[in-house]
Amino acid sequence: MGLESALGEGYLTTRVDSLTNWARANAAWPMPMGLACCAIEMMAFAGPKYDAARFGSEVMRFSPRQSDVMIVAGWCTYKMSHAIRRIWDQMPDPKWCIAMGACASTGGMHRCYGVVQGVDNFLPVDTYISGCPPRPDAVLHALMKIQDKIKTEHSVMLDT
Amino acid sequence: MSLELSEPLQKVVDSLSENFSDKLVDVYQSSGDTFIRIEADALHEICLYLKNDLHYVYLSDIIGTDRYTSEDRFEVIYNLLSLKDEARFFLKVWCEEENPELDSVADIWKGANWNEREVYDMFGIKFRNHPDFRRIFLPEDFDYFPLRKEFPLLGIPGSIELPNTTPDTD
Repeated sequence: MGLESALGEGYLTTRVDSLTNWARANAAWPMPMGLACCAIEMMAFAGPKYDAARFGSEVMRFSPRQSDVMIVAGWCTYKMSHAIRRIWDQMPDPKWCIAMGACASTGGMHRCYGVVQGVDNFLPVDTYISGCPPRPDAVLHALMKIQDKIKTEHSVMLDT
Repeated sequence: MSLELSEPLQKVVDSLSENFSDKLVDVYQSSGDTFIRIEADALHEICLYLKNDLHYVYLSDIIGTDRYTSEDRFEVIYNLLSLKDEARFFLKVWCEEENPELDSVADIWKGANWNEREVYDMFGIKFRNHPDFRRIFLPEDFDYFPLRKEFPLLGIPGSIELPNTTPDTD
């Protein structure tokens, strides 16, 4: 990468935490949980115009085993909640969750008996996005917030 | 009561009043649509007649309604279409609040199967002789009928289960 010529015989010091978090933050692969119209905006977020690749999140993984960030895009019924939780449980740690749009965050306009009033009722949501549906740049913003969060986490130190 | 019925619909009303005069309750028009209300006990018989003799081969939809009245609270509306006459009308029956029950028409129109299950799911109206009678959308162990007027908008808390938030360790 040309780093060798700049450093010469010298070296850099860092913490393993920082190095790991740097790597994790720039390769947060999304698990697209597209449930409604928000999923269309999520596709635009991954597409060339908004280009999630700039943040290392261009690889939409449809397998929970290979993904780091679940984007819940759309309204979630009680029936669907069990499937979503199952997929969430299948994702390996560390993992993060974005509730995209009004419906995923609060139930939105679906204020009725069949729709879960916010996916935070059964998922640990890290970032909420407002909007109905949110613009793709808002999803990018949420992703950057997740990256900020990842960078402040303790990744190798054990909590005792 | 002055009705402006199209020719095929006039034929329907005439032949129903000729053959089922004591079962025909009301015929009226609203917003350009024609509604025929019949006695619930003649439902299966009249539907069979409509399909076989008047070519109403296509049942577009079945709708349940909660009229929220003290008598004959529930209403079931059959949206019938004749492809031959290009005519559509709505067949209505009323049923009472205590144990609402109607004859199934799923043996006449196969498509009525799921429609009737939906009406049962939302209003609790039972259908006799239905081939596969159970809920269609809501969980089997759900105790309520959500489109009844007395059901709260946001549902009964805890009536539908949310997933377990601690992962299974088995």
